[in-house]
Amino acid sequence: MDVNPVILKFVYAATVVSVIMGLCSYAVLAERKISSWIQGRVGPNRTSLPLIGGIPLIGKFLTRLGIYQPVPDGLKFLFKEDVVPAHVNKFYFIMAPVIALVPALTTVVVVPFGRFVTEAGEVIPLVLANVNVGLLFLFAISSLGVYGVVLAGWSSNSKYPFLGGIRASAQMISYELAMGVSVLPILIWVNAPGREGTLNLFDIAQAQSGFWFAMWMPVSAIIFLVCLFAETNRLPFDMAESETELVSGFHTEYSSFKFGLFFVGEYAHMVVGSCVFTLLFLGGWNPMPFVTLEALGFGEGILGAILSVGIFSGKMCGMMFFFMWIRWTLPRFRYDQVMKLGWKILLPLSIANLVVYTIFIFYLDTKL
Amino acid sequence: MTDVFFYIFATAALAGALGVVFSRNTVSGAMCLIGTFLSMASLFVLLEAYFLAVIQVLVYAGAVMVLFLFIIMLLDVKETAAKKASIYTWAASLIGFGILITGVFAISAAVSIKNKAPTMPEASGTSLKAFGYELFTTYLLPMQVTGFLLLIAMIGVIVLSKKVNTE
Repeated sequence: MDVNPVILKFVYAATVVSVIMGLCSYAVLAERKISSWIQGRVGPNRTSLPLIGGIPLIGKFLTRLGIYQPVPDGLKFLFKEDVVPAHVNKFYFIMAPVIALVPALTTVVVVPFGRFVTEAGEVIPLVLANVNVGLLFLFAISSLGVYGVVLAGWSSNSKYPFLGGIRASAQMISYELAMGVSVLPILIWVNAPGREGTLNLFDIAQAQSGFWFAMWMPVSAIIFLVCLFAETNRLPFDMAESETELVSGFHTEYSSFKFGLFFVGEYAHMVVGSCVFTLLFLGGWNPMPFVTLEALGFGEGILGAILSVGIFSGKMCGMMFFFMWIRWTLPRFRYDQVMKLGWKILLPLSIANLVVYTIFIFYLDTKL
Repeated sequence: MTDVFFYIFATAALAGALGVVFSRNTVSGAMCLIGTFLSMASLFVLLEAYFLAVIQVLVYAGAVMVLFLFIIMLLDVKETAAKKASIYTWAASLIGFGILITGVFAISAAVSIKNKAPTMPEASGTSLKAFGYELFTTYLLPMQVTGFLLLIAMIGVIVLSKKVNTE
């Protein structure tokens, strides 16, 4: 059957976006459950659907797990009163949540989530758009997300959101630098003489059949991880929100579905961030360092593809858990500490790291 | 298909540029400029210069304009009322417009633009690695000069913003 390729692309994109949205809603549930475990509570355990909740044993068990909680959580955003305060700049006030969410969902396009090996041994990446400049594209688009926060703060036309927006823009610029520099050693290694030059996320993941990059570039991995926390505005870096000082920062004036869009945007950023960290540092879909799926005999066909997607999602969920774990463990930084960490520690460290690895890789390539 | 996209993005770029000039609200102006940068990046994509497009978004839309907005918001610039332009402004803008029109006509009348190239020239930007090698071998001098200019600008900013102790 011949389907118009443009329509096919639309279908693929819609599928991936809905998967990401589903992940986001369950990430919210995971966040609530994990926070309750860490604080010695039970967490959401009452919501139940009429029919499935009535099944003996399993129904009760699922209710206690809070499996159905995302449904009322989502509906709540829809049905609450949507207040637009009189003193706001209406156009940008309504635009801001959209601008915050769209870049997060756009970056998903270049994130590969598995691979498919044909009978002939050809490796096909499972990704919407396998572009050569994938990593840069990701950085570029995700850096646009800050406009949502900044505009929300500015258009709310009140003091606390404004301070939140200002802080978000300063933090974003500061940490983007260190983040960009920290991945350069990986790119130098992947693009070393004699290798095919690429910034493709799929090729970077495939290059980790031996050592994972987190193992022999630990400093890069740590810097990247810290910057990831800062870029996704997660605690301990949620300067834009910091509800103890700024009420709730840039989204103080937002209610109902507009607030929901910011909320989903944050989790979408987190999902994409976890994917990227897995691809860059945790070996993508390679089950263990020095062990590839091919070596285990699951290389070809559908089974190998499903396994690769499964391993990748497992690692990604592990990263998401790490995000939440940190959030409920560490207290928030002060604003001046955040700036100091970014400019005086992470940036010099990442530059030193780059120089050391450049010399090291040069040595490896010429002398060995 | 490509033609349609070209017209869409070219219109968007021009509309954004006009918005920058005509909007009273400085934040709106900045947002229009971002729109122009994004449309320019899309035009680069249509020319298959993907690296250039991504860098355009990353550097201009993603970093420079965030700083712009940051400054605009910190200074809290209010909406400005229309100012009456002086005779000098009129004269300067007329001369500038004249030069622009001359330039557009001169370029579009050039022979090399009218003759379509038989094949698409191999863009050095298609392969990122080739791009890097070209930059550090063939075009080393222009790159160094550009870097030096940026350095001068940076030192200039530090000198200007630092308060001179007169005593």
